[in-house]
Amino acid sequence: MYDVCIIGAGVTGCAIARELSRYRASVCVVERCEDVCCGTSKANSAIVHAGYDAANGSLMARLNVKGNAMMGALAQELDFPFLRNGSLVTCLREADIPGLEALLDRGRKNGVTGLRILSREEAHAVEPNLSDAVAAALYAPSGGIVCPFLLTIALAENAAVNGVTFRFDTNVKEIRRENGQYILETGQGQIKSRLVVNAAGVYADVFHNMVSEDKIHITPRRGEYCLLDRSAGGHVRHTIFTLPTERGKGVLVTPTVHGNLLTGPTATDITDREGTDTTRAGLDEVMEKAAQAVRDIPFRETITSFSGLRAHEDGHDFIIGEPADAPGFFDAAGIESPGLTAAPAIGVMVADLLRDRLRLQKNDSFRARRKGILRPADLCVEDRNELIRKHPAYGTIVCRCESVTEGEIIDAIRRPVGARSLDGVKRRTRAGMGRCQSDFCSPRVMEILARELGIPMEAVTKCGGASRVVGKRMEKGGQEGTAS
Amino acid sequence: MKAYDYDIVVIGGGPAGLAAAVAARDAGAGDILILERDREPGGILNQCIHNGFGLHTFREELTGPEYAARFIAMVRERHITCLTETMVTDIDRDKTVTAVNRTQGVFRIRACAVVLAMGCRERARGALHIPGYRPAGIFSAGTAQRLVNMEGYLPGREVVILGSGDIGLIMARRMTLEGAKVKVVAELLPYSGGLKRNIVQCLDDFGIPLKLSHTVVAIRGRERVEGVTLAQVDAAGKPVPGTEEDYACDTLLLSVGLIPENELTRGMGVEMDAVTAGPAVNESLETNLPGVFACGNVLHVHDLVDYVSEEAACAGRNAAIFAEKRRIGEIADSGPQGVASGCEPETVLVPGPGVRYTVPQRIRTERMGERLTVRFRAGAVYRDAYIGVYCNEERVIHRRKPVIAPGEMETIILEKRLLTAYSNLQQITITIEEA
Repeated sequence: MYDVCIIGAGVTGCAIARELSRYRASVCVVERCEDVCCGTSKANSAIVHAGYDAANGSLMARLNVKGNAMMGALAQELDFPFLRNGSLVTCLREADIPGLEALLDRGRKNGVTGLRILSREEAHAVEPNLSDAVAAALYAPSGGIVCPFLLTIALAENAAVNGVTFRFDTNVKEIRRENGQYILETGQGQIKSRLVVNAAGVYADVFHNMVSEDKIHITPRRGEYCLLDRSAGGHVRHTIFTLPTERGKGVLVTPTVHGNLLTGPTATDITDREGTDTTRAGLDEVMEKAAQAVRDIPFRETITSFSGLRAHEDGHDFIIGEPADAPGFFDAAGIESPGLTAAPAIGVMVADLLRDRLRLQKNDSFRARRKGILRPADLCVEDRNELIRKHPAYGTIVCRCESVTEGEIIDAIRRPVGARSLDGVKRRTRAGMGRCQSDFCSPRVMEILARELGIPMEAVTKCGGASRVVGKRMEKGGQEGTAS
Repeated sequence: MKAYDYDIVVIGGGPAGLAAAVAARDAGAGDILILERDREPGGILNQCIHNGFGLHTFREELTGPEYAARFIAMVRERHITCLTETMVTDIDRDKTVTAVNRTQGVFRIRACAVVLAMGCRERARGALHIPGYRPAGIFSAGTAQRLVNMEGYLPGREVVILGSGDIGLIMARRMTLEGAKVKVVAELLPYSGGLKRNIVQCLDDFGIPLKLSHTVVAIRGRERVEGVTLAQVDAAGKPVPGTEEDYACDTLLLSVGLIPENELTRGMGVEMDAVTAGPAVNESLETNLPGVFACGNVLHVHDLVDYVSEEAACAGRNAAIFAEKRRIGEIADSGPQGVASGCEPETVLVPGPGVRYTVPQRIRTERMGERLTVRFRAGAVYRDAYIGVYCNEERVIHRRKPVIAPGEMETIILEKRLLTAYSNLQQITITIEEA
């Protein structure tokens, strides 16, 4: 029996878990996948939004601005990459400048500071690769970029170190309230908890509607992206948006904290909550729309494309709190953009609600700081060589594109809430994230995973479940042989 | 103190690097160091266990590992040092090479001459914008080859292959021999990018269909590949609606192009050729940085390893000559200010109609040998066409060939006496002319 069971180990669930670990409580995060950061949190624009988009007075606006303000200190505390590179919202016609002004006004009312409108000349001066069509831009200096994987992983690791339990490969099938507590039926048995937090992304309506008659409805809104090689990463310095429409913030062009160039997303409402496939039409749309505000994007340098699902709730605002008819069940639902930005603030808000409900005491042994995976490439030569002398694995480069050493991969697997799949290693270390897309390093990473986890190569997966990568070679006649 | 640690540092111990080192030693170079990132030298040959290598070099048919072993033995006989599991992370313009391995940590080596021989990598799915899910079971043909031939695992049982380059064709046969069912090989272009003999020996002999002008338009399966959809493409490469065909499979192999691995080269500021994606070189296979040579797949993608060895030997010999000239002071010992290519009269080689590129890209006729091999590739398939070579405006070679295809590298020999007959030879143009 837990005090709190959080459904979903995305950035929202992990932020809540981490904030909750400041208090003395037994907390469990249940996740259907094999790792944290496997849903919406892993496939998005990786933007820390300034906060001018959300409607004045909305929860979204408040938590966006608060989360943005928290991000810098949190990045220091938990050691994940975050850069305040500033955002530019461009408009392509003089006639649309009032739209920028409206956005500026909305932003100021939301409490966003530093906003100002740049003339055509000013905009092109700060961002030379803007297309000629750009007539003006709203500049938001507090806009930033973050690594969504490392943010989520940092939150999860820190939560785990402070006592939170993570249960992976655990799919919640049913939730019911019995005798003042919640019972979660999962693929891995029953979990009992006094309180439940619903941070289930595109499935949040499913869980909410299991316990409440006040129904909510989430539409998976697919966004497709193209990610370009680091050779293209310097194409723009700021995050470039075009004037938003009712369908969202449109296709953006942005550098990533790792130096790649990211373009996307589209916005297509679908019904399949697992519909993370890309489409030819979608990728064509990304390339076409990205080129409206930014010229000469070298799409030849695309190294991968992907799609993510936004958890779009009909009311288009975050739903945070306890439904009237489901005491002890707390939603963190409808967390679509700017959910990544807002996550630290959502964490605090939900943890406060839970603390007050359970009258939780402070956890005196809470450790706020967490160190990320040591990157030898960041060290001076002397320190790097000292490290290699002590741990020779830091002298073997496994991923040549991103210069990731065996030492980093071992660290990623051994640390709390460690990697258990190729994608888990990739998200933590960037091995396989580069221009060859794991072509060269995947056999080596699989070997390290097999060795560290004590499993055969055939059991190593790309991303858990049935995503096994290789099988045994077959004997003659197509029968699977023994290790030959 | 010596100005440099090695006469020649060879970056990469694959077929190009090994052949360059051997030839450099045979041309008199002293200290030679090969830096190899994999566990053993030999490069991609180690996973090419099929035969057909060495017909030109050794006049016999060898497997890839056998071919590599011949050169590894030659390197050993010559006491050339080869450091394995050593990754070069940077090369300065003054030819200081920074590398890292687990025994020496990060170390720097000053080289008199550098031979770039890093090879190439396979183009990934992303560059083709192939839509669909991203499950396990999508491999480059080369990775699948390594898994089967070197690591001893089977990447999958029911296979679709996209791309009819040589590796794709070889893997169609290999997977079949391993007991997998290869359902189809699809090729975006209206012709195969592979060698004719590979189409016959790897597809036809096993009854594997080759679908030209087809591509993958969808990948199904969220965890592991469950199937792919192929569609016919029009002349512009766009899928034709209504031609979709579903194939159930657990594996998709991609053999959709090779890209020279020139990150180090670009880091040095070497002038590149946009078509080959390799450095632009002169008759000595020297880049615009004096003393920096390139050969093999890092220079341009080859289809026969024999030609790689031949080209690499040329680079190795010229690197040895460079080191010797510097030793005796004929070339100033001042980093990149040596004899810059460009200071001497140069003839530009121009890819004319039908020709995509040439290697080398420029010639100093004074410095070429009696005969210079120029390699190039055609942009399309030609039958009964002529290769034409023009000195300035005058046609000097007109050679008929029954078939010219982009998948097979062409060569032409230029004789020095032919070129030196011109007092002001500005450019040499190579063309393909239809009859």
